[in-house]
Amino acid sequence: MSKQLMLGNAALARGLYEAGCCVASSYPGTPSTEVTEEAAKYDAIYCEWAPNEKVAMETAFGASMAGKRSFCGMKHVGLNVAADPLFTIAYTGVNAGMVICVADDAGMHSSQNEQDSRHYAEAAKLPMLEPSNSSEALAFAKAAYEISEKFDTPVIIKMCTRIAHSQSVVETGEREELPTKPYEKNIQKNVMMPANAKKRHYDVEKRMKALEEYAETTPLNRIEWGGKELGIITSSTSYQYTKEVFGDSVSVLKLGMVHPLPEKLIRKFASNVKSLAVIEELDPVIENYCRQLGLTVIGKDILPLEDEYSQNLVAAAFGRPVPEGKKLADAVPPRPPVMCAGCPHRGMFYLLSKHKLTVFGDIGCYTLGATAPLYALDISTCMGASLSGIHGFNKALGKESEKKTVAVIGDSTFMHSGMTGLANIAYNQSVSTVIILDNSITGMTGHQQNPTTGYNIKGDPAGKIDLEALCRAMGFTRVRVVDPYDLAATEKVLLEELAAEEASVIISRRPCALLKYVKHAPPLHVEADKCRSCKACMKLGCPAISMREGKCVIDSTQCVGCGVCEELCKFSAIVK
Amino acid sequence: MQTKNIMIVGVGGQGSLLASKLLGHLLLKYGYDVKVSEVHGMSQRGGSVVTYVRYGDKVFSPVIDKGEADVIVSFELLEAARWTEYLKEGGVIVTNTQRIDPMPVITGAAQYPENLAEKIASLGVKIDAFDCLSLAREAGSEKAVNIVLLGRLSSYFDYDPEDWKQAIRECVPQKFVELNLKAFELGRASETA
Repeated sequence: MSKQLMLGNAALARGLYEAGCCVASSYPGTPSTEVTEEAAKYDAIYCEWAPNEKVAMETAFGASMAGKRSFCGMKHVGLNVAADPLFTIAYTGVNAGMVICVADDAGMHSSQNEQDSRHYAEAAKLPMLEPSNSSEALAFAKAAYEISEKFDTPVIIKMCTRIAHSQSVVETGEREELPTKPYEKNIQKNVMMPANAKKRHYDVEKRMKALEEYAETTPLNRIEWGGKELGIITSSTSYQYTKEVFGDSVSVLKLGMVHPLPEKLIRKFASNVKSLAVIEELDPVIENYCRQLGLTVIGKDILPLEDEYSQNLVAAAFGRPVPEGKKLADAVPPRPPVMCAGCPHRGMFYLLSKHKLTVFGDIGCYTLGATAPLYALDISTCMGASLSGIHGFNKALGKESEKKTVAVIGDSTFMHSGMTGLANIAYNQSVSTVIILDNSITGMTGHQQNPTTGYNIKGDPAGKIDLEALCRAMGFTRVRVVDPYDLAATEKVLLEELAAEEASVIISRRPCALLKYVKHAPPLHVEADKCRSCKACMKLGCPAISMREGKCVIDSTQCVGCGVCEELCKFSAIVK
Repeated sequence: MQTKNIMIVGVGGQGSLLASKLLGHLLLKYGYDVKVSEVHGMSQRGGSVVTYVRYGDKVFSPVIDKGEADVIVSFELLEAARWTEYLKEGGVIVTNTQRIDPMPVITGAAQYPENLAEKIASLGVKIDAFDCLSLAREAGSEKAVNIVLLGRLSSYFDYDPEDWKQAIRECVPQKFVELNLKAFELGRASETA
């Protein structure tokens, strides 16, 4: 086939297709989402969004046991959720090949921490491959299945934002159709109770030794000899920055397999260069390994542990000149991300802010409720933590806090890991007020379906979980549904539920304003002679509303006519 | 050929991904090695977004760094100012004059600087600033700002405009092709503001 430009994630999906992958189960998370979305475009691969990463990994494991090549994808923090199955399927091994993609987010473009997933490969004793462009993403997916079946192990492919979300040139091939590997009952290998797992641990260590040997000779790792003054060991996007800065003036050991590391190859490389450096984003994983081998190495002494790298950063660290651009003398105000015009969460956050409530937040678009001017969130850590957090807060402080605190969680995040927190509130009985911000989609990651939407990854009708019925089944008698565009009615319900003497769930329901099926009202505008410049509408933090020459104006290119600002204007200056 | 660098900057939601897709498609047809680096996820929600397009015989880094861009295509004036530092000596900024206030300006925590195009020009930087929004409306949709800009960008290249139009036909849904071809022509033919 002809050459084409492909996103790293799309190329990885192509690799899954060509390798004969049959089942993919994932939970969306930037920058990993498109792998599974693209895989779903191939009818030969059954694809699904699972409620969370743990479920996805266990589903993929089940498919592998059944004898079909399988896949699951997630972002770095998703692997924390799936860590439980990860460490034990490392013991059982696989039947047909199983590939796990984890996408790190150095630079935290869309994440709550900057963890380095390579530690998981080391801790779980699993092989990990790391492509440096789209064509490698495709090729490594195929190689990963071969390694998986040859060594009887799940294989991790580690992506990062700049590989996942960069398009580069790939050449595609044909799909390999594979026969189903028959499933055979094997209790010693597949039932991980102590007596069996104890024996399997020896097998895991034996497998690691075999993989170490494989790492020495696999073409996934290669030396590009150049100048011998400096030798650089690198991988992933750092390899690209290295080549950009140094070209052929240095020698490069380019690692495609970052766990286990090839001891002999590294020693051979080091012995042929005058000085040795490691260029790797985030933690000094390769560097520390080199130090264990007793090698003297340049690394984090001149390169940062934080944030993503670039060619200028690498050049400057090695004392090379970097170009400088011309900069304006004026301060350029930052442009942080904001909740969109017409976002259904805005009205609710306005009310939470107005009533000065302590708000436990969660992970999604609505985390942006913490930003100016609403400042509506107090605490946000990880998926599902809002519901467990408010319960602990209220148990610690009792009645004095119960009337002043709420937890907010999105529909998809609720299905991911909010349900167990809600079960804890029901079971251990804190008088907590939970708000499910149901915008009928997984928003932040770009509109993925979830168990509450009634559609599957392909947009076909699927099972639909009824949130109200679910909450009632857990024992909540106070379950209210509000439309957050209707501020007055929403406020009334909010105050009633805070005052109630038992726990309650408010479902704030209105589809995401960016969904294609959502029909918008015409943009609103401000009648300048009626505007008294009171700035009541400005408190919403709507990106479509700004002040020009002392009067509020509404940007017609952004306004979707939600009408929330109209409700706040006491002078009827905002009109249709 | 040495690697050439084009940055496409704007506000999340303005349609910069389509512009980079078209550009990548076109450059690949000319036989270059191409890399296009995008921003997805949270930053897309009304934040400052940047797409890097690099092409040449062999492209390594997927990103463009300070002082490296041959061209900066900007959907909004403040964004042109934000990224000016990334322009190479002798490079050009092609920008829409549209103003979209960022949240710190909306809340009053910061001021939107006045006369930005003039200030950028006074640094000795070549800047081509024009009202894309009006031209997009003339073409039939405010959303066609991206293609108006692409039309203007095309006038800085020696490539046959017909090739650009073919890329539009191949990358845009059928029902929007005519509108976008018109937007391209309007952008290409427009006078410098």
